[in-house]
Amino acid sequence: MKRKNIIEIKALNKKYTLGTINVNTLSNDLSKLWKHFTKKSKTRNHLESKQIMALHNINIQIKKGEIVGLIGSNGAGKSTLLKILSRITTPTTGSVKIKGRIASLLEVGTGFHPELTGIENIFLNGAILGMTKIEIRQKLNTIIEFSGIEEFINTPVKRYSSGMRVRLAFSVAAHLDPEILLIDEVLAVGDADFQKKCLGKMKNISHSGRTILFVSHNMSAIKALCTRALVMEKGEIVFDDTPSNSVSFYLIGNSKISQNKYIWDLKDAPGNERHKIISIEIEPQKGTEITVNSGIIFKIKCYTELKKSPIYIGMSIYSNDGIRLTHSYEPLDEPHNIQKGFYKTNITLPNNILNKGQYYIVVWYGISFSENLVTTKERISFEVLPSVNKTSSRDIPGILNPNFSISTSMVEKNI
Amino acid sequence: MSKVKKWDLVITPHNSWFDFHFREIFNYKDLLVLFVKKDITVFYKQTILGPLWFFIQPFISTVLFSFIFNKVAKISTDGVPPYLFYMSGIIAWNYFSDCITTTSNTLTTSANIFGKVYFPRIIVPFSKVVSGLSKFILQLIFYFFIYFYFIFFGNTSINLSINIIFFFPLLIIQMALLGLGLGLIISSLSTKYRDLNYLIGFGTQLLMYATPIIYPLSIVPDRYKYFLMLNPITPIIELFRLGLVGQGYFDVLLFIYSIFITILIFFTGFIIFNKVEKSFIDTV
Repeated sequence: MKRKNIIEIKALNKKYTLGTINVNTLSNDLSKLWKHFTKKSKTRNHLESKQIMALHNINIQIKKGEIVGLIGSNGAGKSTLLKILSRITTPTTGSVKIKGRIASLLEVGTGFHPELTGIENIFLNGAILGMTKIEIRQKLNTIIEFSGIEEFINTPVKRYSSGMRVRLAFSVAAHLDPEILLIDEVLAVGDADFQKKCLGKMKNISHSGRTILFVSHNMSAIKALCTRALVMEKGEIVFDDTPSNSVSFYLIGNSKISQNKYIWDLKDAPGNERHKIISIEIEPQKGTEITVNSGIIFKIKCYTELKKSPIYIGMSIYSNDGIRLTHSYEPLDEPHNIQKGFYKTNITLPNNILNKGQYYIVVWYGISFSENLVTTKERISFEVLPSVNKTSSRDIPGILNPNFSISTSMVEKNI
Repeated sequence: MSKVKKWDLVITPHNSWFDFHFREIFNYKDLLVLFVKKDITVFYKQTILGPLWFFIQPFISTVLFSFIFNKVAKISTDGVPPYLFYMSGIIAWNYFSDCITTTSNTLTTSANIFGKVYFPRIIVPFSKVVSGLSKFILQLIFYFFIYFYFIFFGNTSINLSINIIFFFPLLIIQMALLGLGLGLIISSLSTKYRDLNYLIGFGTQLLMYATPIIYPLSIVPDRYKYFLMLNPITPIIELFRLGLVGQGYFDVLLFIYSIFITILIFFTGFIIFNKVEKSFIDTV
């Protein structure tokens, strides 16, 4: 069965001007105009403004009933795209065609007035989101019930905790019944119980044939909820596939990376004019695959232009949900020995520390606490496989898989 | 496919100056009502005197004006008791200037909410004008109390002219549209030029002196009178006063001129605002 497109985005571009945009005063513009007419300093006028493409040639078609996840690092353009879809701002070129009522939940509790009570805010917020008074009145009881804050509903919102505000706000938005719902990272707040409730509600919404566009950094939510996921990078859609494929594409990175080798061109290597990270290779210490008991060597090659400086190289290992597990930090050499040129550092992580799973590293390089300190921006991921040799380490849950030494003996006999 | 697709909404960068969405604005009428309700309820909250503030401000201004302009500066009030003369002017002027000041910062002060959710932005300034109206009507009722006090306990006889009071709805709409129009223009331009925000308080004060509020038009020398008459708010205030205290200047041509300017300013404001609201969030 071929379902109809409910959203069609064609050749969408959004350009932002950086720099001078906020310093406009009337006198500034008038003097510019004056200069323009008198034809003085024609070239100077356009010097300072720099433009960036927040969105570049976006083409998406979304069918009715799809739940589309939108993932990408900060600044990739996800929120800009949602802002255009929800008509908060306009595109620079291109077009978007939408069928049906669209509602956006870009930030929960928008338009809550602190002095008004919960009920008054339900009406106000509902109306801001596009509901009519009658509609709200019909759904009032279910909204209050869903929020789970019945006892505080006649208290001014300023006395609410942030969690209560989120509950109330999401409840209003969830009962909006639009054909298309845009959601931008709202589940990050609220406790686990309520998050579960929200995900369930979103699933219900989609089962009733509505379409959801969902931005999140919570990969498990994307996988659990979406039917399709798009990966955005620097204002472009770089990947469009099933959620699990898209998530692994986003986490493991693009085609530049093969088999745990990250090699950059000198031009776009992470760093600045004086320091650059040239390559990072992640290899097993023993054997051919990184496993729980292979040990891991991180081989980092870098370049410096500074002589006789205290240059350090550091590396943090993170778990896939962003928890920093450890950090290593060493000088390249004694400061007076440092020469301009390439350096290679090997950092070895002994076996039986990391358990099986996905991890990523961030490399820090340069003079600490100064502008010369550079870090890698991409997600440099690696996977630790379960141990091949079953006897040496067990398959256990968790992040660590150490060689425990365990001894047990009976202390007292119970007669 | 043979069937032509119908889209409910098409978002494109090219919006012309006359791309209005009246139907959409109408769909959000409930929001307008709720915004007005919010403005009024929030006004009471955590104040001791609550709605009494609506009356305290014009009352004190009236007493002060009577003392300074009438007793000290000896400006004539056309034989009208100074309290009634000043109060009628202050009430009308306050509504007009409130319309300008509360709508003129719409886009900058509400940028936070506008950046998160879409609804026709014009709803916010509209709601300000309507909630200002409730204050105006309360003050007008307060005026009638003072008026009847003067009738029963004062010695003066002044004529409320009922015929003209029938015109008040027209006058009120005209004040609202003129204030709203000016507010919309300033609001739209102030997304780019913040200078206008500083000008607004000062500007309305200057405009008050260029309007016959603290003096009747009749005492102005003829050669200056024409300048004052160019001010589109002058005929409105004068007619308003003619109704409330029985003294004021009325000229049909002048009034038509005022209506014409009001409509012109309102539509200019509406069009500029309509144009700016679509992408102001990038510059604000």
